Amino acid sequence: MTRGRLLSLQFLIAVITLLAWHLATTVPIGGVTLLPPFFFSNPVDVAARIFKWFAEGTIWKHLWVTLIEAMLAFVIGSVAGVLIGFWFAQQPRVAAVFDPYVKAINALPRVVLAPIFTLWFGLGIWSKVALGVTLVFFIVFFNVYQGVKEVSPTVLANARMLGMNDRQLMRHVYWPSALSWMFSSLHTSVGFAVVGAVVGEYLGSAAGLGYIIQQAEGVFDVAGVFAGMFVLAAFVIAIDWLVTLTENRLLVWRPVAAETRTQA
Amino acid sequence: MSNGASGAEAHSRTTAVALSDVNITFRLADSGSYTAVEGASLEVADGEFVAIVGPTGCGKSTLLNVTAGLFPPSQGRVDIFGANLAGLNRQSGYLFQSEALFPWKTALENVAIGLETAGTPQSEARARAQDWLTRVGLGHFGPRYPHMLSGGQRKRVGLAQVLIRDPKILLMDEPFGPLDAQTRQIMGNLLLDLWSADRKAVMFVTHDLEEAIALSDRVVIMSAGPAARIIGDWRVPLTRPRDTAEVKLDPEFHRLHRDIWQTLKAEVMKGYEQTGGG
Ligand SMILES: Nc1ncnc2c1ncn2[C@@H]1O[C@H](COP(=O)(O)OP(=O)(O)OP(=O)(O)O)[C@@H](O)[C@H]1O
Ligand SMILES: [Mg+2]
Repeated sequence: MTRGRLLSLQFLIAVITLLAWHLATTVPIGGVTLLPPFFFSNPVDVAARIFKWFAEGTIWKHLWVTLIEAMLAFVIGSVAGVLIGFWFAQQPRVAAVFDPYVKAINALPRVVLAPIFTLWFGLGIWSKVALGVTLVFFIVFFNVYQGVKEVSPTVLANARMLGMNDRQLMRHVYWPSALSWMFSSLHTSVGFAVVGAVVGEYLGSAAGLGYIIQQAEGVFDVAGVFAGMFVLAAFVIAIDWLVTLTENRLLVWRPVAAETRTQA
Repeated sequence: MSNGASGAEAHSRTTAVALSDVNITFRLADSGSYTAVEGASLEVADGEFVAIVGPTGCGKSTLLNVTAGLFPPSQGRVDIFGANLAGLNRQSGYLFQSEALFPWKTALENVAIGLETAGTPQSEARARAQDWLTRVGLGHFGPRYPHMLSGGQRKRVGLAQVLIRDPKILLMDEPFGPLDAQTRQIMGNLLLDLWSADRKAVMFVTHDLEEAIALSDRVVIMSAGPAARIIGDWRVPLTRPRDTAEVKLDPEFHRLHRDIWQTLKAEVMKGYEQTGGG
């Protein structure tokens, strides 16, 4: 499939969905509207709302807040994940001792932590950052841990035969391997950073995309809810696209990354 | 170049590698143990090219690993240039059986790294790496990552990676294993070319008897495992320099091949039976 054809098909899906939505909410069939506008709004209203947000410029502040929260959560979670992942992989005993606790905390649904974080860090951005960190950290941590553990024994033996000391092994072998694992989960961890921010906002805040959606929901403003969802979706896609660009630059040495590059 | 009979000279030269009564036992997960090699003794003189042939799973790689100092033998001793080996064998270069290049480094970086670890400035290391890539016929492949190279090209990068450090002992584990017959021949000639420039002691593992005879001064045969031992040691009286293809037409080559094969055949059959193949 050529790129143009693919794009036009993808566009077609959007058009059909919007059209069906529009017809079902506005055109009565036999006196009955299939989807009551009160619960489903309609595409025109939603588009108008989105346009208004951007035209009046009120949305930027919320986007910015969510972006900052997600970025902070990503950076803090990643740094902590890399450091502790490395430490555990180098110290099997430490890893063994902490193992059940790591698993227990990771198994905890993060939503339950939100109220505690609000108590600890207040209603501002930091309670949302904290929520995002708990999500990002574990993904990065597990991947880095795996990356260090899964270095091919032959590559490791080769590195030692080529005269690498511990520091050089770290820099030339463990670090690139861990990074490659971390980057392979970049989409997931960045996605979770956004999820943490939005869920945190939704549960209690004064700004952000989650806040907008929660506010609209509070007054049964369905158009506002849908508009918030669309903006959020576009936001996530834009970030994901940036991640793909970064990934292709950083992982040129990997077969998959190189192939997707030539396709693009 | 000097003609043949390197075997005769070998005794007057220093001994590069001496394995004496080496046992290698692996502890298995189910608390049992497996003795891969038992009572193996082998001497390799400085500058001597020794091929090691044996049925699959007999312990050839294990023997090289011990010579490289990657782990100590369970019993017996390993001496490198007369000194007992403790820890890594820093005088040897090792071309591994499986993929050992750093996938995140380009061919050039892969070759240069062995100099950089020794403190050579990066620019000089890269310049010399470029030189070595050219020598193995990959002058234009420096910027490629390993996955963008063919199996044979990767092996050549591996060869350059090891040789750039100028090790006194070269350990090679089926370096041409996965390659087709023609490429093997080209690689064999390349190896002999590089080797004859400054003869290193070589331990060359292969499962291809013809290749072993064509390349080496001595062919050593290992028995099938478990508790594999060295059961035969032949000098190769063929003259050097050799062409690995032409040498196979030599009647001497055929006589030797028939001789060694008699011993090897029985072991290969045993090896198959033990691994459940055949
Ligand atoms: N870490 C290990 N633990 C247990 N057994 C091992 C281990 N490494 C090797 N072995 C066993 O020791 C024997 C020798 O293995 P080795 O890799 O040296 O064989 P090889 O002669 O190189 O075979 P091939 O020609 O197939 O490469 C095999 O039977 C193998 O199963
Ligand atoms: Mg082997």
